Amino acid sequence: MNKNIQLSIKDLVKSFDDNRILNGISTDIKKGEVVVVLGPSGCGKSTLLRCINGLEAINGGHVFIDEDEVVHNSKDLPKIRQKIGMVFQSYDLFPHKTIIDNITLAPIKVQHRNKAEVTEEAEQLLERVNLLDKAKAYPRQLSGGQKQRVAIVRALCMHPEIMLFDEVTAALDPEMVREVLDVILELANQGMTMIIVTHEMQFARAVADRIIFLDGGKIVEEARPDEFFTAPKTARAKAFLKTFEFDAKKKEMSREAV
Amino acid sequence: MQDLAISIIFKGNNLLRLLDGLWITLRISLLSAALSIPLGILFGMFLTLKNPISKFIGRLYLDFIRIMPQLVLLFIVFFGITRATGLDLSAELSAIIVFVLWGTSEMGDLVRGALISIPKHQYESSEALALTKLQTYWYIIIPQTLRRLIPLTINLVTRMIKTTSLVVLIGIVEMLKVGQQIIDANRFDYPSGALWIYGVVFFMYFFSCWPISCFAKWLEKRWSDK
Amino acid sequence: MDWNFISQYTPMYIEAAKLTLWIGVLGILSAIVIGLLCSIVQYYKIPILSQIVSVYIELSRNTPLLVQLFFLYFGFPKIGIVLSAEVCGVVGLAFLGGSYMAEGFRSGLESVETIQFESAESLGMNQLQVMRYVVIPQALAVSVPALVANVIFLLKETSVFSAIALADLMYVAKDLIGLYYMTTESLFMLVLAYLIILLPISLLAVYLERRLRYAGFGN
Repeated sequence: MNKNIQLSIKDLVKSFDDNRILNGISTDIKKGEVVVVLGPSGCGKSTLLRCINGLEAINGGHVFIDEDEVVHNSKDLPKIRQKIGMVFQSYDLFPHKTIIDNITLAPIKVQHRNKAEVTEEAEQLLERVNLLDKAKAYPRQLSGGQKQRVAIVRALCMHPEIMLFDEVTAALDPEMVREVLDVILELANQGMTMIIVTHEMQFARAVADRIIFLDGGKIVEEARPDEFFTAPKTARAKAFLKTFEFDAKKKEMSREAV
Repeated sequence: MQDLAISIIFKGNNLLRLLDGLWITLRISLLSAALSIPLGILFGMFLTLKNPISKFIGRLYLDFIRIMPQLVLLFIVFFGITRATGLDLSAELSAIIVFVLWGTSEMGDLVRGALISIPKHQYESSEALALTKLQTYWYIIIPQTLRRLIPLTINLVTRMIKTTSLVVLIGIVEMLKVGQQIIDANRFDYPSGALWIYGVVFFMYFFSCWPISCFAKWLEKRWSDK
Repeated sequence: MDWNFISQYTPMYIEAAKLTLWIGVLGILSAIVIGLLCSIVQYYKIPILSQIVSVYIELSRNTPLLVQLFFLYFGFPKIGIVLSAEVCGVVGLAFLGGSYMAEGFRSGLESVETIQFESAESLGMNQLQVMRYVVIPQALAVSVPALVANVIFLLKETSVFSAIALADLMYVAKDLIGLYYMTTESLFMLVLAYLIILLPISLLAVYLERRLRYAGFGN
């Protein structure tokens, strides 16, 4: 495989019972590339991420990270998963552990790294997201946005090669969305390979190197962000973007009213 | 040899006598359960009263009955009351008294738990919909209470049936005692009778309790989906 | 109340209490191990084993300990397995208790959300690590009240041991009542003995439940 390609998806097919959610997805993600996956609800965006991470068994096709194939429930999966970091919508930290323990648990137990070294790195990462003072706190004491930032740090501490973000701001109050997106933007600037599923259009436009538009389980359109948002080629992409346009106009009107 | 042994069950009227013993077991437990349920409901409502004295007495009663093994309670009533009051209580009456006291306390605790577990907003939102107090209780509160209570009550009934096995230790001739008698009487003809007879008693208890607990599970499932 | 009688026979009660306790503790520990194994088997839906576990649970929960003990103590010798009364006590408690403990562990395991498994797996942990560091600690917090309630329940059940000729508390009480007719004193000591054993554990149960609800994990 080309040294530059981090993740390779070939003809991915995923069905739930008789429902074909993903119908032949193929794409390659390069090192340092930030790909944003957009699409209407139910088009399979989250399922795609879960298949990439081996949380779901696939019905056809292959997913390769570097040279290793991702196979659900296989013996090598835990090892391969160390290369993939994933952050979920529901910011599920381990409630019975402090923030710092949440972050250091996996590096110590899975990667067998030295505790002092991991703790130092964890503290540095927490500092970068402005949460160092919460190191000894428990998840229940943090807000949603804070928990999500910790979840990102927790995944980062495993030194993944690629990060997957599954609608990580969808469950947050609007005030907290920005602080999380800023963290992701910074990661992108540092050259982390990422696949992001999101509904935040302006963010998508700012952070992405490439937009993949998914509908009905297939990649309908693929383009650079400025191309996609200003001049979408397919009718479906146009219709999709229009829904956000309408909302944006409404938001402007309500902001003026206030 | 095994064939010979198992036929002890069918010899003479052994099986009938065992069933008789089962009947006594069921009679005691189901009668006690039937009395405990209404008394328990009243006790449960009593426990929700705000009066600190009634709360204290209620809790004392509840905790004592629940901490003491039922057999100890049986001894206290059967041996102790006879001694203290001079009344000659039959073993069966003692058993029923103990089980009703025990059943009432457990039932009361269940009812109290159910009553306080209905969230306040259930009352409030029905009032907001302009339902009268009576309608609120009838349509909203009681159906929900029943749903929580009935499986737990059924569970209490099966526990009572099992606990009735203890009454053999204060001399009541129920299943186990009948079994012992049969085994003793047939000691020479059926030396391995104990295995089969106690096995039968085991399964008689099982088939008394298991269908009831299956029913409770079915109810729970049916109501949790709604 | 004849206090002389009481002080004279207190040592007997103490001996009996010790017997009850050590058989009880052995039985309860065995029950916990059995329960944990059963709940894990059922959680992972291991074929054949799960079915066996289900049958076991139904059989042991729907029959009284006394009958199980009679079966073990009087019945087993007929097929060549002769167990001492003490062993019968432990085995009976373990058999009965195992199913109750299994239910307790099961509710704990099921209370841990799938996403906790997935978060841990995504960090590269294998099933054993997921269970050990993430799932079981959370499951235990939910299970502990039920498990402690089971401990109390099983200790109470030990009161039937006298039926298979074990010199436990009930045996002593019944003996003294039969021999000396000192009913009040014998029953008083009996109640006291059980209170001393069970009250501390009950208070511990209440304390644990309150503390765990506070540690609450968000609630």
